[in-house]
Amino acid sequence: MSNTSRRRWPLLLPPLLWQLTFFLLPLLFLFVISFWSVVNFRLEPDMTLKNWDFMLSRSSFWSAYGHTWSLALGAAVVTTCCSFPAACSLAFTVSERTRKLALMFLVVPFFTSYLVRVYSWQAFLADNGIVNALLAVVGIDGLPMLNSDFGSLVGYVTLALPLVTLVQTMGLAQIDRNLIEAAHNLRAGPVRTLFEVIIPLAKPSLVVGALFAFILAFGDFVAPTYLGGGAPPTLSNLIIDTTKSGQQWPRAAVVAIVMILTLVLTSIAAVRLAYGRRK
Amino acid sequence: MKDEDKTLQSPFRRRFLQGSTALAAGSALPFALTSANSWAQSSGGQPRTLTMLAWYGHAEPDIAAEFEAKYNCKVKPKYYTGGDNMLALISQSPAGTYDLILSDAEYVPQLRKAGYLERLDAKDYAFDDYFPEFQKFPGHWDGNDLYAVMVRFGFLGVAYNTEAVPESKARSFKVYWDPAYKGKVGHFDWYLPNMGEISLYAGHKAPYKLEKEQFAKLKGVMKSLRPQVAGFFDYGGTFSGLKNGQLQLVCGIGDWITGTLARSGAKVSSVVPDEGGLQWTESLSIGKGTRNPDLAKAFIQYISSAQGQVKSAKMAAYPALIPNRKGWELLGQSDPAEARRQGMVLQGHNVMDDIRSGKITFRQLPVQQSIEDWNDFWSEYKEKA
Repeated sequence: MSNTSRRRWPLLLPPLLWQLTFFLLPLLFLFVISFWSVVNFRLEPDMTLKNWDFMLSRSSFWSAYGHTWSLALGAAVVTTCCSFPAACSLAFTVSERTRKLALMFLVVPFFTSYLVRVYSWQAFLADNGIVNALLAVVGIDGLPMLNSDFGSLVGYVTLALPLVTLVQTMGLAQIDRNLIEAAHNLRAGPVRTLFEVIIPLAKPSLVVGALFAFILAFGDFVAPTYLGGGAPPTLSNLIIDTTKSGQQWPRAAVVAIVMILTLVLTSIAAVRLAYGRRK
Repeated sequence: MKDEDKTLQSPFRRRFLQGSTALAAGSALPFALTSANSWAQSSGGQPRTLTMLAWYGHAEPDIAAEFEAKYNCKVKPKYYTGGDNMLALISQSPAGTYDLILSDAEYVPQLRKAGYLERLDAKDYAFDDYFPEFQKFPGHWDGNDLYAVMVRFGFLGVAYNTEAVPESKARSFKVYWDPAYKGKVGHFDWYLPNMGEISLYAGHKAPYKLEKEQFAKLKGVMKSLRPQVAGFFDYGGTFSGLKNGQLQLVCGIGDWITGTLARSGAKVSSVVPDEGGLQWTESLSIGKGTRNPDLAKAFIQYISSAQGQVKSAKMAAYPALIPNRKGWELLGQSDPAEARRQGMVLQGHNVMDDIRSGKITFRQLPVQQSIEDWNDFWSEYKEKA
């Protein structure tokens, strides 16, 4: 081992210890208790597959899985589309100073609790809320928005939009402007430049941003509960229901592990898509 | 004083003082309270800590401050939401973590069987002041051994928006199926009260003791309700849904939520429908291995006394009915409006009449099926409209 490597080891130790203590060990424990039993509301160490068998054979589990997946995918697409125009503006049309200021403001929503922000959306989305009042002014009948998948999506976008815009802006800002100018010089119109130069070059940041949105939405409990009305249940709702049902933490652990596996596989696929070579 | 002497003399002195309380509001508390100062001094004046596992509100200043001042102690709560959450917290904590355990009555037998509760001495508590129906509450006794003291209760029926739903309609569970309220019916997200209420509507006199065919019938009736349902909400969601008018009817709750909302001016109320209602019951026990058995006992005495019961009835977090008849008398003197609002009046129709007429059924865990069977159906029910 070289002297440089030896000097680096102490620096790597804290993050390694952190990950081991607060990620790997709890994850291992989660995996282990998925094989435990519950006897008289008490967790008992065991080695049984009955929790896996029970959960994976329930139609309610797979319905919740499909619902969670489609909502998270929807959140990723909607958030990416909503963020992109703002990120393009920040990356290409404003001064460096304005961009820094805007990026700072993007962090401001995180100063307030996400739960509070979601609750405040209820005042906008309720049947007699602000949005429907404004629609009524222009002669549009009230729309049911609260306690629906639309409501959940609004919550997910609230959660992920600032982060995704940040990621996209950073990615777009690093694009070599000469390439964009070259496209213009070669008479590519704005649309063609966007789709054949900017988006391909910004692909890693777009995909990583969408992945963040997907991950945040997939595990979120707040938006589907307070804006989606808790029905149909997402996997997070199912975990709550399962623990309420006679202390079935091992079954909840099964749901959690399936969620983690799903996110790991999705992340691998996204990273390959983001950084894969173009043919 | 010898221990035997204390045992003999304490109940007499306590009852004497409690009798005075009914006549002169706020004048006295049980014997244990009157001796609190000397006790605190004897313990060197250092504040002691009384740990309590409870629903939110039971250790807040409106309830516990007077007790803390008299006993020079601090009631330290760990709040939970729901019986299963409570069981989880107890089972994951070493014995002695909680001096006091407040639980829904249906969980007391589970707690007792699991060995989480200390046995109580019935002579320590003012059961003579309780309505006869509550002196030997089911599940709180194992033969002649007492494990929990009932401290408050309430009814679950139809909660409704008074501006959108006439009371005459709310007097039947049938209102949940009314097309006028499609998408405006909410469920409190807990299978037990909801399925119990619909079980009553399905004609089951014992709503939790269902044969196979009756359980199948319950499922069918519930599924027919699903298209009407806006969603499934926890305490906060139910609260805001009723307050902002998004929900006009809520199944599975009662005055414990609508009473709190009504205090802040919301146009909501609850009614026990003609098909009957459910009773939720909260009881206090002393946790196994407690390091403060005397202080824990004193708190139960305090909150089950007439004066403590008045505090409990008017608890800021959520109001409730009280089982102590002398508490009713004191409430009638100190806050007659609240006594009338909750139906705890000794003259005229009151909530005890509803119980005695057989209209009210105690909420309990499923008898013939497992908790998982009921909860699985609840998950299935939530799945599809």
